[in-house]
Amino acid sequence: MLKSLCDLLIIGGGPAGLAAAIAAKEAGVEDLLIVEREDYLGGILNQCIHDGFGLEIFKESLTGPEYAAKFFSKVKKLRIPVMTKTMVISMNQTKEVILSSKNRLLQLRAKAIILAMGCRERTGAAVGIPGPRPAGIYTAGVAQNLINIRNIMIGKRVLILGSGDIGLIMARSLTLEGARVLAVVEILPYPSGLPRNIVQCLEDFNIPLFLSHTVVNIEGDGRVDSVAIARVGSRGGIVPGTKQRISCDTLLLSVGLIPENELSRQAGVILDEKTLGPVVDENGETNIPGVFACGNVLQVHDLVDYATIEARRVGESAASYLMGRRKRGRRIRTQFGHGLRYLLPQWISDQNDVILSMRVSSPGKDKTLLIKDGKRLIKEVFYRSVNPAEMLRVRLKREDLYGIDGFKVTIK
Amino acid sequence: MTKRFLCIICPNSCLIEVDYTQRGVRRIGGSLCKKGDDYVQKELFFPTRVLTSSLRVTNGELPLVSVKTNQPIPKAKIMEIMKILRQTTASAPIKIGDILIKSVAQTGADIVATKGIKGGTS
Ligand SMILES: Cc1cc2nc3c(=O)[nH]c(=O)nc-3n(C[C@H](O)[C@H](O)[C@H](O)COP(=O)(O)OP(=O)(O)OC[C@H]3O[C@@H](n4cnc5c(N)ncnc54)[C@H](O)[C@@H]3O)c2cc1C
Ligand code: SF4
Repeated sequence: MLKSLCDLLIIGGGPAGLAAAIAAKEAGVEDLLIVEREDYLGGILNQCIHDGFGLEIFKESLTGPEYAAKFFSKVKKLRIPVMTKTMVISMNQTKEVILSSKNRLLQLRAKAIILAMGCRERTGAAVGIPGPRPAGIYTAGVAQNLINIRNIMIGKRVLILGSGDIGLIMARSLTLEGARVLAVVEILPYPSGLPRNIVQCLEDFNIPLFLSHTVVNIEGDGRVDSVAIARVGSRGGIVPGTKQRISCDTLLLSVGLIPENELSRQAGVILDEKTLGPVVDENGETNIPGVFACGNVLQVHDLVDYATIEARRVGESAASYLMGRRKRGRRIRTQFGHGLRYLLPQWISDQNDVILSMRVSSPGKDKTLLIKDGKRLIKEVFYRSVNPAEMLRVRLKREDLYGIDGFKVTIK
Repeated sequence: MTKRFLCIICPNSCLIEVDYTQRGVRRIGGSLCKKGDDYVQKELFFPTRVLTSSLRVTNGELPLVSVKTNQPIPKAKIMEIMKILRQTTASAPIKIGDILIKSVAQTGADIVATKGIKGGTS
């Protein structure tokens, strides 16, 4: 096996990996490498041909490929080495990885690693649905790839389970391409995608959204020919007498994303049971010194701009780590309580400004976010409207953190 | 007539209720700022969207090129433009930003490539 060394290895060439690499290079890291398993850089953005990317960073609404292209040219200009069609197949605690490329294996030892592997789609919900498993069942992301990259149409009459953003985007895209989207079915009493997508992907095309409903049966011999849906009661059970059959040839699953952390787990990176991504500090550093994480592998982002901002900071932190410029502070645990589903980072020092990111547990109006160290109020933020589909971000200044022992974030 | 709109301009997500006739808005309430009122006006009387889709490609390394309208088009024209896109092919190589159809369906908006496609086989 070929052996090699490098200072900084970036695993994954999506928007997070690219932004991290650019920031690290600009901060002075010379010996770095981006490894991407697909033929092209850009990650999920390549198949997200709709617009709505970049509003935060570039102040204009770009399509996924256009957003990605801005980073490709930067990577080229900075001469950052890239290996595509190369997959990292293993990683250990000493930052040794094995790359598989064109049937060749390469062992590489890095001084620092940035995890930027993105996420994969959940399929679990489908496993529990009774009935045979005919053809015609796809996850929304796979369908998006087939339609937008490979020019393969997946069906004519489509039902979508789950109101996550990918499902909503696909409802519009399938309708535009000539299919009939019969309904989007969501088990929760509120949609899980962004309001913008509810309006522009469903309402624009009169596609019904069934809230508090789920798929209870799939029928079909060879190919899906109908799907049964029913109302879900407040305790989670099916409400008797509400079952209805919808005839369709395709079922799309859009039931959520899971950070892709096989490699992290293998290497002994500690994962958070809520985010399913690594436990990190404000620099994005995991429990293994010199191993960092950013983008969807850390937490599932709804806006790519925030994934990019997070990744830049991680790239800079990796550079400081490599150059021994890091200030070591205290380790303070962050905690969350009422009203929140998760909080990142899990650890902070008192050496830097910190950006907290979190999601609320359910939608609400007129809420106040409180950050408290015991009785002492560190910060308070008012929101007119909160929604689990939209990540909340709060900046804490270094001064805010002087002398605290920890803090807890709640929303009321 | 009254109608309710969820304002999608910012995360405040105001629910705006509007009372209107064909000639204009009679009363509008629920917004926190003027941007919301403007949004509702526009949605009521002249809704527009940026349309994104793909065109088939000949002689390219990939079978499709992603495209968009370079300015918003009337919502009512979406399906008409989709039909034109289905009947059009583009020939590689294509550069990002290339105009592939000029003033599609007389809207004044051009169809432009949102990614580059190298020449190849397909
Ligand atoms: C359908 C959809 C619609 C979206 N719409 C919007 C929108 O309208 N606006 C917006 O701002 N954001 C949107 N987003 C969110 C945005 O696209 C993501 O936040 C962003 O792509 C996350 O970037 P990433 O680099 O973390 O992950 P990814 O883009 O998933 O990139 C990860 C990369 O890592 C590679 N990889 C994984 N494992 C390995 C390995 N072992 N070895 C080598 N390479 C590996 C993958 O191939 C991939 O290229 C959307 C996301 C989706 C899925
Ligand atoms: S009305 Fe103004 S504050 Fe309310 S959602 Fe629209 S833009 Fe935001």
